Amino acid sequence: MELGGTEIIVECLKQEKIKVIFGIPGAAIMPLYDTFGKYEPLPFKNILTRHEQGAVHAADGYARATGEVGVCVVTSGPGATNLVTGLANAHMDSVPLVVFTGQVPTALVGNDAFQEVDITGITLPITKHNYMVRKVGDLASIIKEAFYIARTGRPGPVLIDIPKDIQLAKGNFNYPEKINRKGYNPSYRGHIKQIKSAAMKIMEAKKPVIISGGGVINANAAPELMKIASKTNIPVVNTFMGLGSVPTNHFLFLGMLGMYGRYTANQLVSNADLIIALGTRFDDRITGNLNQFCPQADIIHIDIDPAEIGKNISIKIPIVGDLKNILQQLNNFLGGKEHNLWLQEIQEIRAKDPISREDNDPLLHSRFIMKALNELFKGEAIIVTDVGQHQMWAAHYARVNYPRHFISSGGLGTMGFGLPAAIGTKIGCPHKTVICISGDGGFQMNIQELATAIYNRLSIIVILMNNGYLGMVRQLQELFYDKRYVSTLLAGNPDFVKIVEAYGGVGFRVDKQEDFLPILEKADRKNQFVLIDCHIPAEENIFPLVKPDSSINQMIGVD
Amino acid sequence: MKHTIAILVEDLPGVMARVAGLFTRRGFNIESIAVGHSEIPGISRMTIIVSGDEKVLEQIIKQLNKLIDVIRVRDIPAENIIERELVLVRVHVDSLPVRSEIIQLVEIFKAKVVFVERNTMTIEMSGDEEKVGGFLNLLKPFGIREIVRTGRIAITRSSKNGLKV
Repeated sequence: MELGGTEIIVECLKQEKIKVIFGIPGAAIMPLYDTFGKYEPLPFKNILTRHEQGAVHAADGYARATGEVGVCVVTSGPGATNLVTGLANAHMDSVPLVVFTGQVPTALVGNDAFQEVDITGITLPITKHNYMVRKVGDLASIIKEAFYIARTGRPGPVLIDIPKDIQLAKGNFNYPEKINRKGYNPSYRGHIKQIKSAAMKIMEAKKPVIISGGGVINANAAPELMKIASKTNIPVVNTFMGLGSVPTNHFLFLGMLGMYGRYTANQLVSNADLIIALGTRFDDRITGNLNQFCPQADIIHIDIDPAEIGKNISIKIPIVGDLKNILQQLNNFLGGKEHNLWLQEIQEIRAKDPISREDNDPLLHSRFIMKALNELFKGEAIIVTDVGQHQMWAAHYARVNYPRHFISSGGLGTMGFGLPAAIGTKIGCPHKTVICISGDGGFQMNIQELATAIYNRLSIIVILMNNGYLGMVRQLQELFYDKRYVSTLLAGNPDFVKIVEAYGGVGFRVDKQEDFLPILEKADRKNQFVLIDCHIPAEENIFPLVKPDSSINQMIGVD
Repeated sequence: MKHTIAILVEDLPGVMARVAGLFTRRGFNIESIAVGHSEIPGISRMTIIVSGDEKVLEQIIKQLNKLIDVIRVRDIPAENIIERELVLVRVHVDSLPVRSEIIQLVEIFKAKVVFVERNTMTIEMSGDEEKVGGFLNLLKPFGIREIVRTGRIAITRSSKNGLKV
């Protein structure tokens, strides 16, 4: 069947069962947008964002919340470069995206034409793979390959750059059934001998701890993880990316690990004799000083990406493959365990954990806000965060019952991620309550997406933790730079309630503890876009924390 | 320590940049890189010579394996390797005795004179690192005008250890 290039793209998206795309048109992608207009009906929703960064974060949020591939479509030049942060963000957190960028016509490529940029060159290190389409005949097979690469193995973003003349050319449409790339064969099955020796190690261990990372969520392996943890009574700590892989109110769950981790989790890992690390890359925010990271423990590391094995720390038993498969197999070799002594020791550690302590602070502070959210939503809502102090408060206090219910920018730490990611999340999960927890700094980095959210009638509740500062940086200035608050005071902040109202949404301002829960309940009943501007203490700090380069069991702010 | 990395890649645009980028990002200086078609249509072989930290190199090899366009990567141990490099060198010749001295060196090293002018000779020679280095050192006193090198290429000694698709 002969079709135009742009029709081929739409047909491919149809074959991939894509439900929504996010983007903004521009000169070099106009033929594709024009074809969207001609399709009756268009087989997917087409969401216009207000900035390309908003589009890519929305696609990212959609992908994290649904487990499907996020798609975004933008123009050449500035449209394409505006994706860069979002692509790096998705790449760091292993999020499957397929991103289409328009390009100047083939004849002009390399001529510094208007809105020309070498986007495949620019995004080389921040995509899993990228393509420039040079023949219309290659279009379908490239798109097929791109989706396959994005969602298989360790997921990641794939970019396809399509010159305008290729979009306008005619070619045969034939969607390939299979792809055949000699250089791409992710391994899914773990080595059985390794799995057996891991099982033996686990049965012998006296003080084992499971570190559950983002890979558990990507592999949909949370049920398998829970089976093993419950059977063997092994406590579980999360990396930031692993939040949600274990219900946070489970008795074996002991919090987040790392620089801003929980005291209990950090102590546990430091005292363990065996670490079972699942789908984690031992990022520096997790390990602190590498030489002092779990000195007494042997480490079993299971990951789909062989390059992560031994990258930062040496591993006793590496297993490469799909976590779901491997945990199923591993479970067959495991017997029941009590670990009474170890669990008792953990209770003693837990008693010293500042987060478990009673909190009588009467001000409207972040801890109170998080607890109120838990009270109302009971861990059933999807929480999307921006980046900063509020993100760490959310990570510590949010009750999360399921995987894909805590969505945040982990590896890259991208301020401005929250609102657009919440948009993608709400579109992907329309029947779920979506709470966007943001700060007054990060929120303003993609504030224009209020239009996208409100125009599309997305009933997101934004909890704005407003302290008038770039709070995380201010805290670091307080602790490590002699309180010189340079460029962290956000003087000139707008009235956020008025801003939301101007876009057609609903805004509330809260200053007192007692007002928060009633307004949250009201917001929940509204069924429309609501922002709650919470004025929290300006110099509230996130504690405890580990000084950069310190061992993770030496935390500031414990006593 | 010096390493010879053999890589099989799909012959696609941008593959050189992808491969080279992984080395530069981790602060590795590529000593030489050579690429050419292999025995299989659509597939090229690369030989990369680098030296640097072993652990970092191990990580680079793993990252190379992750590239979609890369089919196989191997760090070939020095004892299993046959290495060659082709050099074109233009040397200054100011007298007849010099000319014959250079021709003698060319014969000893099984090199070849490929172009002669009144004041220069252009010589082609190939060999392993030691031979090429030795030859160039001997030419140095005459005055080398220009050196062009292909970068080293390598093949395993035994067909059993060959890098295949």
